[in-house]
Amino acid sequence: MYALKSILCFSNLLPFVVIALLGFIYVRSKKQPLWAEAYRRLSKNRLAKLTLAVLAIYALIAFTESISWQNSRITPQQSIMDRVFTLAHVQRERTYSQPFAHYTTGEPHPHKLKGWHILGTDGAGFDVLLETLRGCHTAMLIGGLTTAIVTPLALLFGISAGYYGKGVDDVIQYIFTVVASVPSILLQISLLLVLGQGVVNICLALGLTGWVGLCRLVRGETLKHRDREYVRAAKALGVSNMRIMTRHILPNLLPIVIISSTLAFSGYVLSETILSYLGIGVPAGVGSWGNMIDAARLELSRSPIIWWNLTSASAALFILVLALNIFGDALRDAIDPRLRSN
Amino acid sequence: MIGYIIRRVLYAIPILIGVCFITFFLFYMTISPQDLARRNLSAKNPTQQQIKAWEIQHGYNKPKWQQFVDTTKGLFLFDFGRSDSVGGGKIITRLKQSWLPSFEIASLSFIASLIINLTAALIIAYFRGTYLDTFATSLCVVMMSITYLLYIIAGQFVLGRLMRISPIAGYLPGWESLRFVLLPVIVAVISGFASDTRLYRTFILDEINQDYVRTARAKGVSESLVLFRHVLKNAAVPVITNTVSAIPALFLGSILLENFFNIPGLGNYLVDAINNQDFAVVRANVFIGAIITIVGYMMTDIGYALVDPRVRLE
Repeated sequence: MYALKSILCFSNLLPFVVIALLGFIYVRSKKQPLWAEAYRRLSKNRLAKLTLAVLAIYALIAFTESISWQNSRITPQQSIMDRVFTLAHVQRERTYSQPFAHYTTGEPHPHKLKGWHILGTDGAGFDVLLETLRGCHTAMLIGGLTTAIVTPLALLFGISAGYYGKGVDDVIQYIFTVVASVPSILLQISLLLVLGQGVVNICLALGLTGWVGLCRLVRGETLKHRDREYVRAAKALGVSNMRIMTRHILPNLLPIVIISSTLAFSGYVLSETILSYLGIGVPAGVGSWGNMIDAARLELSRSPIIWWNLTSASAALFILVLALNIFGDALRDAIDPRLRSN
Repeated sequence: MIGYIIRRVLYAIPILIGVCFITFFLFYMTISPQDLARRNLSAKNPTQQQIKAWEIQHGYNKPKWQQFVDTTKGLFLFDFGRSDSVGGGKIITRLKQSWLPSFEIASLSFIASLIINLTAALIIAYFRGTYLDTFATSLCVVMMSITYLLYIIAGQFVLGRLMRISPIAGYLPGWESLRFVLLPVIVAVISGFASDTRLYRTFILDEINQDYVRTARAKGVSESLVLFRHVLKNAAVPVITNTVSAIPALFLGSILLENFFNIPGLGNYLVDAINNQDFAVVRANVFIGAIITIVGYMMTDIGYALVDPRVRLE
């Protein structure tokens, strides 16, 4: 009974909201000719379908980690993934052990392992596979939340700068020139030092530095559209500025915004590892590939070399970023063949 | 022309003031000086007097606007004050000691990457449409997807430990330093290779379809000469813009490389400051980073104006 009560909380509801939103957008956009055409081109691209499947798997893993509940008042919060691993008899060990090993490594007298570990265990005895899959959740969360911060910010400032021009444009241009003239890593470090560690704070830091590029792009595109005939016609008909911006100009900007957001997503995931490496990113205890790589780099000088920790974290990161990059390129080709890179 | 340069330099001043305002807002407005003093005083329970003394020593007792004017004036005069940590020396002396190693790594890797990536892009563009082109562009996408950290770890392990090309970590001043800088520079060049080469290739291919290229071919100029003489000159403009806009990224390289290879440069100073929560040092680093970036943008703009008479600041 308590389990049922603890499952009904905001953080468990959020994944469903996101899925519903994505589904709604897909169904709505499919009715429009431009997007229907893009989906058709995308569905003919075999590589794009493969990468989409890979991304779906990552999303599924992240989903199983994000739904969690307590069995009773005294037991800790356990996610679906934790429960699956508990069912498979994966327990915490004493220290390092190789993949599929029966005994620990690095100890003078190796101990027998309690369970079996496909990817071995790390220095604190945690299962590497579980940690890597937890990292999926963090990475998707950071990528998604940062995109959710960057896109509205960039659209708001970019469209209003491009549409109103003059004073508004000067002020917004001044703001983004100032932000752009500080190397983004330095600004992120400053923000995180002030805000403190944490997943949401990382997203804030990445978002507050990352909106500049997209804003510049949106402003440039809006400038192009502002003097086109359809906008002038709308003005002549007495449509309000607000409505012109949201109903007439915004839909024309969406393709370019979606493409650059997809490609930026992988950048956010990569930034997380670097910030975590610097010790100001994801706090310890939350699975993160950056923390795993940071912990693993010193172990390369050990003998025997502890390689499985580093390998699984960087492989998971590599596959996600590669899939995002390929999918972003395919999306660009599908939405606007004129933008095709070759 | 001189008028243009003066205007361009003056244009940088309000932006620098904006940068000062951002850093001031972050480090002075969002955190109370009491907390800052508690973080930095090493005693476990500092007395009120100790906190007051620390605040006065670091100038946190004055009114906010006075603090802003003081710090901004200080930054513009390159007087960064003392480090926030207990017994912290003057920031400027540490900066003077540590700029050279960072400059060595950044400049060497900057120049080496530009030459190598541009050559690679030209070669790929020469073989455009063949299997080599497809292979190279796919390789670039794969290489782009690897995190910087892995390049450094793998580079240090393979080049330093297994192949023993140069010392794994450390630094010595003078000419000897080149031996220690070699490994970080190689790693920096490799890690930046993919994204730049891919971008330069598209710049070059944009030029290849222009009319003047067709004219040159019609006149009987050989394909390699077309590429290396005619196309390269015109593709140089977007390439230069891109390399200059990559200057802020050099800071990331400097931070990670110097930390991994234990080189006493600016990046390592910054990492120390992060670990000690030393806000004064971070603030100084942000300001210097902004100055370098702004000067970089300024020089490209002036360079454009020199090359192309159509470009002028309105």
